[in-house]
Amino acid sequence: MTGPLLSIKNLTVTFPTPKGPVDVVRGISFSLGRERLGIVGESGSGKSMTGRSILKLIRPPGRVTADEMVFDGIDLMAESERRMRALRGARISMVMQDPKFSLNPVMTVGEQIGEALQTHRPMPRRQLRARVLEMLHAVRINEPDRVADLYPHEVSGGMGQRVMIAMMLIPEPDLLIADEPTSALDVSVQAQVLDIIDELVTGKGMGLILISHDLNMVARYCDRILVMNGGEIVEECAARDLDKARHPYTRGLLAAMPRMDEDREELPVLDRTAWAAT
Amino acid sequence: MNAIELTHLDIAYGPTRVVHDVSLAIAEGESFALVGESGSGKSTILKAIAGLAPDWTGEISVLGSPRAHRPDRGFAKSCQMVFQDPYGSLHPRKTVDDCLAEPLAVHGLKGRDGRVKAVLAAVGLDQRFRFRYPHQLSGGQRQRVAIARALMLEPRILLLDEPTSALDVSVQAEILNLLKKLRREQGLTYLLVTHNLPVVSFLCDRLAVMRHGRIVEVAHVEALKRGALAEPYSRELYAASGGTLQPA
Ligand SMILES: Nc1ncnc2c1ncn2[C@@H]1O[C@H](COP(=O)(O)OP(=O)(O)OP(=O)(O)O)[C@@H](O)[C@H]1O
Ligand SMILES: Nc1ncnc2c1ncn2[C@@H]1O[C@H](COP(=O)(O)OP(=O)(O)OP(=O)(O)O)[C@@H](O)[C@H]1O
Ligand SMILES: [Mg+2]
Ligand SMILES: [Mg+2]
Repeated sequence: MTGPLLSIKNLTVTFPTPKGPVDVVRGISFSLGRERLGIVGESGSGKSMTGRSILKLIRPPGRVTADEMVFDGIDLMAESERRMRALRGARISMVMQDPKFSLNPVMTVGEQIGEALQTHRPMPRRQLRARVLEMLHAVRINEPDRVADLYPHEVSGGMGQRVMIAMMLIPEPDLLIADEPTSALDVSVQAQVLDIIDELVTGKGMGLILISHDLNMVARYCDRILVMNGGEIVEECAARDLDKARHPYTRGLLAAMPRMDEDREELPVLDRTAWAAT
Repeated sequence: MNAIELTHLDIAYGPTRVVHDVSLAIAEGESFALVGESGSGKSTILKAIAGLAPDWTGEISVLGSPRAHRPDRGFAKSCQMVFQDPYGSLHPRKTVDDCLAEPLAVHGLKGRDGRVKAVLAAVGLDQRFRFRYPHQLSGGQRQRVAIARALMLEPRILLLDEPTSALDVSVQAEILNLLKKLRREQGLTYLLVTHNLPVVSFLCDRLAVMRHGRIVEVAHVEALKRGALAEPYSRELYAASGGTLQPA
């Protein structure tokens, strides 16, 4: 393949509000190879909207425009909804920020993973159950046998996230967009789950967009980082250089993180008047 | 008087017991953290205290009175819970304003306009969000609404389930500063679930580390800061957070 896996030029997402239309993503451009790209930035900066735009999952009245949005030679802006549905999940998948929202509340966790497996690669029922348990085990869920029979409201926050991750990885997509995939996981499971994703990137050449507000995690698991603020990309840097970031906004984010041996009485916060979010 | 006392607490969902023999005493004005493995029962303990996980044995007492097995209205005025999931915890068809005013209406309290404005300001949300619906807010904005709602009744105890895990570091810093200030000014007690050890270091006095439904260690925050937690599992969590271990 020549050219990047994903190329985006001048992407804008607009929502109508009582005070007129507001651009929550403002003409951003970036491209992605078979690499790990991190998107960080404060809440409301447009990270999720950027991720959802790629899958054309922005619902009306939201509007998406772009000069170019090309995935592996496919012009996404021109694709019909029917063809997008075929792409979603199979070639581009997204772990949503709100896992329980995205799981079907009336199907057990095991049935849902099973369904994802069947669609990807049909197999006999007995074998299916075994593969489901294997997937749950792979995302480090204890007692997979019991958990497979639970409904989404019966699993803990971190279990829900791992179920989503398992489902999104099953089809072995070319591009995985992971929106805060591990925000509910304890640190040791978090590292294990990110290692699983990492194996797919390095082993199978998957592209990864990792959206997170956890700067340390993104620095550790990505090659390149985009910093977003108010719908724009304000800084782009190699992950290993994040601590040398220049932009005052990025520096502000770094300073706002509590440390393990924290002794500050108050954490520095960003001046919101200077960084008016939407 | 202790704010929260748990004695030999076992909690089950149907046939499955998920929390085993937990005993803890949290003093009034203390800020206490529950950390540990995903699925180890941290949220379940908070839910049992709030009356939302009815199938428990042992004792739970809050501000000196034993807890019943279900939520009750008087309890809501002294103890409020902020849920882990900022998506599920807000009603999709109620505006921020409705959601914040609701506890006031339930308890027959007045001064809606002023209180809603004040609490929005306290959690750092601009007034223009007041009449929006949850789907028009980002994840972090929703979590600020959830915290604001818990503060509406001016409770003495807050049960906080991952209150900042959906927030970016700058909003997290604001919320953490806010929680610290509220505690300083109003003597609030916190029982906080988090997987972020630096957050514990900033906000808490003590922590309990959980695994497989049990508490494996209770420690002072000083031990965390020094990297001197005692149990192997606690030390594993500490190391996975990027901390440098010291002898216990
Ligand atoms: N339906 C809508 N109508 C109006 N504004 C919206 C709507 N949906 C989202 N927004 C706004 O778009 C902006 C960007 O939202 P987005 O979800 O991309 O933020 P984010 O960077 O992912 O934040 P977080 O870290 O909190 O998840 C936010 O300010 C949000 O309030
Ligand atoms: N309504 C329910 N019905 C059945 N089992 C449940 C229910 N809610 C939780 N559980 C189970 O109880 C156990 C503890 O869950 P809990 O939500 O307390 O974990 P947690 O420590 O908060 O984890 P996390 O850090 O992932 O949020 C899990 O095994 C979970 O599957
Ligand atoms: Mg988001
Ligand atoms: Mg939990």
